[in-house]
Amino acid sequence: MTTMPVSRNVSVTIRFGVIRSGLIRLLKLLPWLVIASLPLVLAGYEPLATQIFVMILFALSLDLLVGYAGIVTLGHAGLFGMGGYTAGILSVHGITDPLVTALCAMAVAAFTGLVFGVAMLRTKGLTLLMLTMASAALLYEIANKATGLTGGEDGLQGVAFSPLLGVFAFDFRGKTAFFYSLTVLFLVFSFVQVLINSPFGWSLRGIRENDARMAAIGCPIMRRRVIAYVIAAALAGLAGALQAQTTQFVALHSLGFELSGNILIMLILGGSGRLYGAFIGCPVFMLAQDQLAKQDPANWFLGLGVILIAFVMLAPGGILGIAARTVDAIKMRRRA
Amino acid sequence: METAALETRALNCSFEANHVITDVNFTLRPGERRALIGPNGAGKTTFVNLLTGRLRVSSGHVLLNGEDVTQLSEARRIRLGIGRTFQITSLFPKMTVRENVFLAVAECDGIAGNLFRSVFSHGRQLARVDELVHRVGLSDVADVPAQLLPYGRQRLLEIAVALALRPTILLLDEPAAGIPTAESHVILDIIATLPKEIAVLLIDHDMDLVFRFAQQISVLVRGSILVEGSPDDIAADSQVREVYLGDSKHGRPAAA
Amino acid sequence: MTTLITILFFGVAYGMILYLISVGLSVTMGLMGFVNLAHGVFAMLGGYATVTLMNRIGIAFLPALAIGCVLVAVLGFVLERTLYRHLYGRSELDQVLFSFGLILVSVALVRIAWGPVAQPIRLPDYLKGQVTIFDLALPAYRLALVGFGTAVIAGLWFAFDRTLFGARIRAAVDNRAMAQSIGINTSRLFAAAFGLGTGLAALGGGLGADVLAIAPGYPLQYIIYFLIVVAVGGLGNIKGPFVAALAIGLSDTACRYFLPEAGSIFIFAFVFAVLIWRPNGIMERR
Repeated sequence: MTTMPVSRNVSVTIRFGVIRSGLIRLLKLLPWLVIASLPLVLAGYEPLATQIFVMILFALSLDLLVGYAGIVTLGHAGLFGMGGYTAGILSVHGITDPLVTALCAMAVAAFTGLVFGVAMLRTKGLTLLMLTMASAALLYEIANKATGLTGGEDGLQGVAFSPLLGVFAFDFRGKTAFFYSLTVLFLVFSFVQVLINSPFGWSLRGIRENDARMAAIGCPIMRRRVIAYVIAAALAGLAGALQAQTTQFVALHSLGFELSGNILIMLILGGSGRLYGAFIGCPVFMLAQDQLAKQDPANWFLGLGVILIAFVMLAPGGILGIAARTVDAIKMRRRA
Repeated sequence: METAALETRALNCSFEANHVITDVNFTLRPGERRALIGPNGAGKTTFVNLLTGRLRVSSGHVLLNGEDVTQLSEARRIRLGIGRTFQITSLFPKMTVRENVFLAVAECDGIAGNLFRSVFSHGRQLARVDELVHRVGLSDVADVPAQLLPYGRQRLLEIAVALALRPTILLLDEPAAGIPTAESHVILDIIATLPKEIAVLLIDHDMDLVFRFAQQISVLVRGSILVEGSPDDIAADSQVREVYLGDSKHGRPAAA
Repeated sequence: MTTLITILFFGVAYGMILYLISVGLSVTMGLMGFVNLAHGVFAMLGGYATVTLMNRIGIAFLPALAIGCVLVAVLGFVLERTLYRHLYGRSELDQVLFSFGLILVSVALVRIAWGPVAQPIRLPDYLKGQVTIFDLALPAYRLALVGFGTAVIAGLWFAFDRTLFGARIRAAVDNRAMAQSIGINTSRLFAAAFGLGTGLAALGGGLGADVLAIAPGYPLQYIIYFLIVVAVGGLGNIKGPFVAALAIGLSDTACRYFLPEAGSIFIFAFVFAVLIWRPNGIMERR
C-alpha cells in the first residue's frame, strides 16, 4: 500500500475546490440574469412570474425538510399562511414597510415552527405526518374563527404596503413585485446552498439515511431536526409574506391542506433532495394549473392524481431524477 | 489501583420474565485488549447495547472511566469516549466513504452544528478524515458510496467511523463477521494497529482472531460471566470447552 | 342531564363510525407499514354504493349496506394486489404521494359520476324518528348505530383474539419476518387484511352516511380524523383505536355543543397533548 501525502492531498482539494467553485458561481449567476431581463422581452407576465417565484421559495423551504432532513409534512402551508397573515395584519394596523413586515413574518413563522416542531418531532411515521396536518388544520381553524383579526372566510381586507425601500411602489403592472421576489428568491437560494453544504446540512442527510447510526455517533438528532424545521418555517413564512405583499391580499387558502398538498406535488414533480427540483416543478405545475384547472377542476384532479401515481410507480425522483438517470445511462454506454 | 476504563457492577437486564443479563461484574482496564466470547444467544450484543446506552439496564451500574453513566443517554456516553461498531453493518448507504467518516469526525470535534460554513473550509477535520480513511485502507474508494462497497470493506468503514469519535474504549461487535477467513487478516491488521491508549473489547466467534488478539478473555454464557482469564487459561478450562469451544467451527486454537 | 346523555349518545355513535372506518387503517398500517392516506376513499365509496343502491335501484338499507361493503372490499383486494403491494418497501414519501394521487383520482371520478353535491340519504322508516328509553327520546338512527356498531366491534374483537386469521395478523404485526418463517403466507394475509379493512371502512361510511356526509371531498376532509384515531390509538392493534375513537367522538360532540366558537380547535389541541404524553399511542407498553 503506498503512503498517501495526506496534507498535500487536503490542501490541493481545498485550493482546487475554491477555483472550481469560483468559475461555477459565475456560470450559475447566468440564468438569474436571463430571468431578470425577461420583463424587457415579455410584457404582462410579471404577475404570474412573481407567483412562480413565491412558490419556488416555498418549495425550497419544503425541500429542506422533505429532501434533506427527511421530514415529510402535509402541513407546510400552516407556516406559509402564518407569514402571510402576519405581514397582512401588520399592514392593516399601520406597519406597512415590506422589509420590516417580511422579517416579522419570518420571526412569527419561525416561532410557530419551533413550538410545533418541538411537539411533533419526537414522533415519526404516520403519527408525525398526521400531526403536521393537524398543526396546519389547527392554525386554519384559529384563523377561520378569529374573524376580527383575519377577516375569516372573506379574507383579510385593507392590505396595503408602502413602497419598497421607500422608492419602488407596488404597482399594477407588477414590475416591483417581480424584481423584489426574484431578488429575495436569489438570496434565499444562495443561503440554502450554503446550508446544504455545511456540516449541519450533511448531518441532516445522515439523519435521513440512518438515524440510528447518527445517534451512535453522538448526534443530538432532535435538536438538529428542530433547527431544520425552524429554518424551513422561517423561509415558508417569508414566502407567505411575499405573496401577501405582491398580491395585496391574504385568505384562508394560504393555510389550507390543498396548498400543502400542491406544494409537495410541485416539489416532487421537479425532484426533491436536488435543490433545482423546485425551480422545475413549480413553473411546470403552475403553468399547467393555470391552463387546465380553471376549465375543468375534476379532470385536473384526475390528471394530477394519475401523474402522481405514475411518477411514484415508474419515475421516482421527479424530472431531475429522470434526467440524472438518463445522464448515468449515457455515461454507462460510453464506458462500455 | 488505576481507574478501570469500563466497569459494570451487578448489571442486570431482563424483559418481563426473560433474564438476558444476570449480575455481571466486568472490568476493562485502560489500553487492555480483551475478548468477549460465548455461544450464540448468550447475550453478547445485548451486553454491548447496555454498555453504550442503547438499552436500559434493569439494575446495576455502568461506569466509564470511573464515572457512573447508567442514567446517561447513548449520545452522552459517546461524548464521554465509548465507541462501537455494529454486528450488522450500519452506515450511511448513499454517502461516500469520506462523507461517512466526516459525519463522525464533525460530531466528535463539535462542528457538526455549523450552518454557515462550507464543509470544505474545515481543513483540520478534512485532514483527520483522510487520515482515518487511509488508516483502514480505503483511500482508493474514498469517494464511492458506502452501499457500493464490498461487504468486507464496509466493515472496515465501520471501524473508521468508530475511530473518528476518538474513543478511549472501543467495542467491536463481530468486526469480521461474514468475511471469509482468507480476507479477515485485513481486519486483524487494523485491529492490531489500534492506538495503545484505547481499551478494546472484541466480540467474535472467530477463534483465530480472538486468540491472536486478546490479552484477556471473558466467557459469557446465558447472560452471566462463566470464567475469565488469559487465552491459555481459557483454552485449558474444561467448563469452557464443554460449553463453547467444543462445538466451535474453528476447533482448538494453535496455542493449545 | 338530558343534554349530557344526548351528547354522550351522539358522541358514542360518532365514535363508533370513526372506529369502524379507522380500524382497518390501523391494522394495515401495523401489518404492512404502509401509510395509506387514501383509506377514506373506501369509506366514501361504501357510502356512495349504499346510497346509490338504495336511491337508484330501490334496495333496502341493510342489504344495500351489505352489498356495498362487499363491492368495496373486493375493490380494496384488487387494488392491493395490483398497486399497493409494489410499494411496500418504498419510502414514506413515495407511499404518501401514491395514496394522495389515489385520493385525487377517486375524488375526480366520484365527482364526474355523481356530481359535486352531497348525496341525500333516505333512511328506512324504522330508523327515522325517535325511540323512548327511560324517559329519554333518542333518535332511532343513532341508537341503531350504537347497537349495530357494538355488534360488529364485538365480532371483530372475537375474530381477532380467537380465530386463526386474527392470530396470524397479530403475529405478522408483531414480527413479520418471524411470521413468514413459521409458514404464514404474509402476502395473502396482507391482501385479505386489506380487503377486510376496506370493507369495514365501507361499512362505516355507509352506516355513518348521515354523520359524515357523502360528498366528493370526503377523503380529503375526514382523513385527518381517521389518522388521529390510528395515531392516538396505536398502530396495529384494534382496541386502542376504539378508545381513541370514542374519546374523539365524545369530545368533538361535547365541544360543538358547549363551545361552538372553538370549532375543531379543541380536538387538535387535545390530540397534540395526548401525543406529546404518549408518542406511540395510548396503548404503548412502557
